[in-house]
Amino acid sequence: MDYTLTEDQEQLRRLVEEFVARDVKPYWEKLGYEDFPWPLFRQLGDLGLAAIPFPAEYGGGGLDYSSYIVVLEDLSRLGSHLGSVLSVHGLPQLIINHFGTDAQKQKYLPAMARAELLGAFALTEPHAGSDAANINTRAELRGDKYILRGQKIWITHGGEADVYIVMAVTEKGKGAKGVSSFIVEKGTPGLAFGKRERPMGLPHHTREVFFEDCEIPRGNLIGREGDGFKVAMTALDSGRITVAATSIGTAQEAFDHALRYSTERRAFGQAISEFQGIQFMLADMAAAIEAARCVTRKAAWLRDRELPFNAIASMAKLLATDSAMKVTTDAVQIYGGYGTSEDYPVQALMRQAKIGQIVEGTNQIQRMIIARELLKKFKE
Amino acid sequence: MNIVVCLKQVPKKDSILRIGSDGKWIDERDISYEMSEADAYALEEALRQKEKHGGEVIVVSLGPERARQSIKEALAKGADRAIHLFDSVFDTATDSAAVARAISAALKDEKYDLILTGLQSDDYGFAQVGLIVAEQLGLPSATIVMEVQPEDSAVRVKRELESGWFQWVRLPMPALLTIQSGINQLRYATLKGIMAAKKKEIREVKAADIGLTSDDLKPGQVIERAYLPEKTKRTEFIEGKPAEAAAKLVEKLRFDARVI
Repeated sequence: MDYTLTEDQEQLRRLVEEFVARDVKPYWEKLGYEDFPWPLFRQLGDLGLAAIPFPAEYGGGGLDYSSYIVVLEDLSRLGSHLGSVLSVHGLPQLIINHFGTDAQKQKYLPAMARAELLGAFALTEPHAGSDAANINTRAELRGDKYILRGQKIWITHGGEADVYIVMAVTEKGKGAKGVSSFIVEKGTPGLAFGKRERPMGLPHHTREVFFEDCEIPRGNLIGREGDGFKVAMTALDSGRITVAATSIGTAQEAFDHALRYSTERRAFGQAISEFQGIQFMLADMAAAIEAARCVTRKAAWLRDRELPFNAIASMAKLLATDSAMKVTTDAVQIYGGYGTSEDYPVQALMRQAKIGQIVEGTNQIQRMIIARELLKKFKE
Repeated sequence: MNIVVCLKQVPKKDSILRIGSDGKWIDERDISYEMSEADAYALEEALRQKEKHGGEVIVVSLGPERARQSIKEALAKGADRAIHLFDSVFDTATDSAAVARAISAALKDEKYDLILTGLQSDDYGFAQVGLIVAEQLGLPSATIVMEVQPEDSAVRVKRELESGWFQWVRLPMPALLTIQSGINQLRYATLKGIMAAKKKEIREVKAADIGLTSDDLKPGQVIERAYLPEKTKRTEFIEGKPAEAAAKLVEKLRFDARVI
């Protein structure tokens, strides 16, 4: 495994760095974070970045996850806003690409790659998230249509997205085996949106989604009935690598600010970077970022080689998001009182870091996944 | 229309610069590099002319191995092929005349209608290489170009003069133009462009390939000392009545310190 970037990855990284400096930063400064950043999303499509790891025959970039995470990390340098958009847009693309029929792929993937259609993934409900076998949304086959009834919550891109992958129960009492997944397009009668939940630091992100006798064609089923749990877990295994990458970008940004600030701020006649107490914090922050980046790259590397990667992906998600929380919190600490001010960048990064420990399975769930993998060989 | 663009790779604008141990140039360790800004505009202008009139955009760059990154970026943005003057013999070519000699020699067998360079590089800032190349190749040239309008066998260009004045000049082609920063909107290299660039030719050229020896590349000008601007402190008391002193202070702030 090679830790240096390939020539192509370095080019991609520089492209993203330039895009962030030239267009993303001024956009946030001018328009703030309240609304979904449509112009930036469309621009990701123009730059060829809206479908990096998906096949070129459906308009994707045809690159590997190792390249994809380089882009995600740098896209998250000003916070996870845009990195998360790309990462969440990737879940329905991954599902359609992996499990969809050719007709479904033709219909959605090229338009999603061009960023003409935005994707969303609707699993979580008020009383079930990672416990996907216990969701309540129902899908009932009637003739050549499925009728969906139920409620989803915390749906990233809810209300904005054009294409929703929805998990619903097709056969009650069968637990995980009774769950199926469907494509629901925005504009379908019965698909309704609730209020924004305004997660901390990411106000544009999520919304409640309702299905009120929402009729969709039978052809919108993904795979077969009962495949839903497998579909969701496949998407989340890969999604965890992308959450890790966006968290690392956010942590690196906070660290770079704190490092520079520590050399400028003076106390007791010297820069605070001269104090061992600050130096140890900086060293721990740098070490945590580096370690998280290495394990995240390893997860991508394994995935690219079609080797088992799900426990490592969980480790990457766990380490990267915990590190991001710690690093951004310490960055605020190094800034002292200024760190808490909205006029300085680090508090916003700290607020955004928290959700990383919760999404795509809480970090407690990640530990369960890792432990299950560790103990597997002792089970009969 | 075939256009040659001369590119130079320079330290990134936000780099933290330190003077090197020999005291003659900056310490190049831990520095990232990028395409010199005016050269990026020259490349963009060439790509726009190609889109309008067809032809080929050829990039030429003299520099160490790392310069390949900027060459690849140019190819990813749409240049067709590149010539990389890459040889330890070129390391001594640190002044404009020596660099120009190498570029002119490399272009001897190329067919082109225009050669575009940036107005000046972001590192040395001599603003000389383009003009010397024109002289060596026997081409007409125009500097500080804001607009390029090819017409049959000639090109009309708008030049920037002092105090907000402009000048239109007509030159027969082939010609060399040095391009001012900011004359167009730079494009991004897209993912598709980056992938397409992998198939494009980067011809590595050594000094011997273009008939040059280290004697030809000896600089006529050397940098003896590089140093950061030296700061001095000076305190001045302004005497007089408050109103007069305030007026004097404003004058000093406006004309001496130029901060208001």
